[in-house]
Amino acid sequence: MFQVRIHGRGGQGVVSAAEMLSVAAFEEGRHAQAFPSFGSERMGAPVMAFCRIDSREIRLREPVMQPNALIIQDPTLLHQVDVFSGLAPTGYILINSTRGFEELGIAEFTRKFPANHLCVVPASDLALKHVGRPLPNAALLGAFAAITGQVSFEAIANAIRQKFSGKVGEGNVAAARAAYDMANKKEAALA
Amino acid sequence: MLKQIEGSQAIAQAIALCRPEVICAYPITPQTHIVEGLGEMVKDGSLENCEFINVESEFAALSVAIGSSAAGARSYTATASQGILYMAEAVYNAAGLGLPIVMTIGNRAIGAPINIWNDHSDSMALRDAGWIQLYAETNQEAADLHIQAFRLAEELSCPVMVCVDGFILTHAYERIDIPTQKQVDDYLPPFVPVQILDVDDPVSMGAMVGPEAFMEVRYLQHHKQQRALALIPALAKEFRERFGRDSGGLLRTYHCEDAETIIVALGSVNGTIKEAVDEMRAAGKRVGSLSICSFRPFPLDEVRDALRRARRVVVLEKSLAVGIGGMLSEGVRNALSGISLKGHTVIAGLGGRAITQKALVDLLDSAARGELAHLNFLDLRWDVVKREINREQAVRRTGPLAENILRDLGTVADRIG
Amino acid sequence: MSVQDVKFYQTGTFTVGNRLLLETERAVQANMRRTNSLNSGHRACQGCGEALGARYAIDAAMYATGNRVMAANATGCLEVFSTPYPETSWQIPWIHSLFGNAAAVASGMAAAMRVKGRKDVRVIAQGGDGGTTDIGFGCLSGMFERNDDVLYICYDNEAYMNTGVQRSSATPPAARTATTMAVGKHPGNVFGTGKNVPLIAMAHHIPFVATASVANLHDLEDKVTRAMAIEGARYIHIHVPCPLGWGSAPADTIKVARMAVESGLFPVFEAEYGEITARQTIRRRVPVEEYLKLQRRFAHLFGKTPDLVTIAHIQATADRNIRVFGLAP
Repeated sequence: MFQVRIHGRGGQGVVSAAEMLSVAAFEEGRHAQAFPSFGSERMGAPVMAFCRIDSREIRLREPVMQPNALIIQDPTLLHQVDVFSGLAPTGYILINSTRGFEELGIAEFTRKFPANHLCVVPASDLALKHVGRPLPNAALLGAFAAITGQVSFEAIANAIRQKFSGKVGEGNVAAARAAYDMANKKEAALA
Repeated sequence: MLKQIEGSQAIAQAIALCRPEVICAYPITPQTHIVEGLGEMVKDGSLENCEFINVESEFAALSVAIGSSAAGARSYTATASQGILYMAEAVYNAAGLGLPIVMTIGNRAIGAPINIWNDHSDSMALRDAGWIQLYAETNQEAADLHIQAFRLAEELSCPVMVCVDGFILTHAYERIDIPTQKQVDDYLPPFVPVQILDVDDPVSMGAMVGPEAFMEVRYLQHHKQQRALALIPALAKEFRERFGRDSGGLLRTYHCEDAETIIVALGSVNGTIKEAVDEMRAAGKRVGSLSICSFRPFPLDEVRDALRRARRVVVLEKSLAVGIGGMLSEGVRNALSGISLKGHTVIAGLGGRAITQKALVDLLDSAARGELAHLNFLDLRWDVVKREINREQAVRRTGPLAENILRDLGTVADRIG
Repeated sequence: MSVQDVKFYQTGTFTVGNRLLLETERAVQANMRRTNSLNSGHRACQGCGEALGARYAIDAAMYATGNRVMAANATGCLEVFSTPYPETSWQIPWIHSLFGNAAAVASGMAAAMRVKGRKDVRVIAQGGDGGTTDIGFGCLSGMFERNDDVLYICYDNEAYMNTGVQRSSATPPAARTATTMAVGKHPGNVFGTGKNVPLIAMAHHIPFVATASVANLHDLEDKVTRAMAIEGARYIHIHVPCPLGWGSAPADTIKVARMAVESGLFPVFEAEYGEITARQTIRRRVPVEEYLKLQRRFAHLFGKTPDLVTIAHIQATADRNIRVFGLAP
């Protein structure tokens, strides 16, 4: 079972991100369970959503406390919420930021993780460019597909198109594609 | 058809397939997505011959359903938490009148302190109102139970509550098989009421009943639920034959045959419990679980059969009956009357406190070691409780209790789980 | 030669005699083929204004719809006296659910009729003033604002009579009830409280609102008849004396009701979509004292030293009604 925890703020599409990820896994014939942190719906409040992916039925109903991957939609949460809680030593960290881990002030912590499991993409900027709104969720899923390989980019693109129709859908797919390519390039550079 | 959708949407789609004629909607977290989904289907025309009514309160929601059901329309509403308390009078009334209304409960805690998260305090508060109460373990079962619920309600002319864990199920996206309209039509015939307000054959419903007949009327409500004990498994069996999967029934056992310790629970926590049982079985420990779907009527004989070979029973409850413990435990003890085995009540998951696999494994281990008390509280922070008790002993004007505790805990935004 | 119109009024009253009217203009109750929807044998008190009002209202509704009426009833006197199990006085499909939900239950019945395409069947909700102006107020307002196809009839006898005469928000100032006792410096119900539900109904801009009195049963029948021809939410508020609660003689029910109207204390009017369209003007004004004197619930105002200040206060209320509702001829 592969477990993902997504951190963000109310209004950033955190729950939608978990939902789309689960749809992508479902599209590829796997079982997936996505759910929110059951919190308030206020804009701007720190929120979480979870996604589990497995090849068999998922019965576990607890929050994701030992994630295999973290997606952090808002880097301002890094020093507010214990976002890294329970992250496996071989876990993935994906952050929406224009800055690097060093600049974000977490390089010392992230050093112990495999380098190709760490990724920063400017997802908000990509969304602004391709969709016209700085909603980073779809773009981050593109990068997630690239670094984890848990789901294909095509499945992510399909899930995005199911969630957003027409121009908005295509814009989000383009943002996800750009993030996917960026993440792949970084990985290639590391290799 | 397999879909990856939110539990609430799956429930809404299943209800739509049941061809409801009147739906009463009043918003309360966490059931709201269900009626929103249904409202959209009525508005866009995909659910035909259905009146979707936005009412002004939960009391009105069920009252409108009472009127429409009495006038012969298949009627549905949904609520949660404070909402079911606000409609409590109508909950009893619908059962007393014998109206086959189906209502979803998106299970949520009851305030004060106000809390929007999941536990079973709400449906437990109305457990003896005369409604059949079915608890869903998964979203697939939640969807399927609604289809069975209309059939059950209408065959018995008795209202049915389908209890679905708020957020944990209602807001979870999962793979769910949504049946076809034909499958549902074949399973659920059109509503033929046993009593109806009809201008061509007028009757008076809801007349006053004095001491000369009230007990008989009440007994007949009990009799209906006794009939349901046979009907619920029969409908689940027919459902399996037509839809090809197990959903509903009175209860489900998991590795109970040779289990020394059996844990009993209602609803979605049974999924996590099964993972805990698997983990312990892998370590050679003889544990099993019993998931009760039908809480009203309570299947005394079946529970007794499932538990009689065990050495100890741990009842996990998402509701605290303040001053006594738990109501599920009362039922289990009643079922075990005359059988001597150790029984423990564990109150867990109140107000959305996460129930983890690790906590359940530790719990069952301590049960096996004989360390569990009669009444236990899973993951209760005793330090916090003791601090408040000490404060109460030291000062008179302690101030609002919930605020004190939150202050002691400090910021809660950084907690995961 | 001067010609004078023939006056059809019965001696001593302003009520038109049925026998002098054309058959088409006669009261429903004068028709031998009336339905008797609330039939005899029920257990209302002697002189019950509510039983009288309900019989006329429902029979008129039945007549207007070709006997296609069903009703939801709030808990209260009307429900209890008409249906002790297993007997029922109702000859129509009738349901009693709770005290506070008659309007909502009726909304559900109307929804069921709509979904089943039964446009011919009409739904009435009815209750007393407690079930309407107090505990059922939320459901009533909800039914109004949704413009559900329901005629709600409130039988207003100005207190909770079924439970033993306690104050409701329709109890008039100075009236003695079991919870506004005739003791102390200011005996009876206080001034400056209560609510006018017909005006509140009008504020919902529903198609039809009317007040009526059992003193003028022909007018009551006429209003119900017209209400049944309208679709959407409708409200009729009927003033019904309660001999038990008011301490009036059972034989005086009509007289007391008429004096309430003629004093100006109970304005009779009707409104469409929030606008008053007609009112019953008062041809022979009666001082409030005459109305109050007939009822023991106001007895503390009289006696050896009449409470002239309070009586004047009540008179001022009546005068204000006449001014505000335009009841002067």
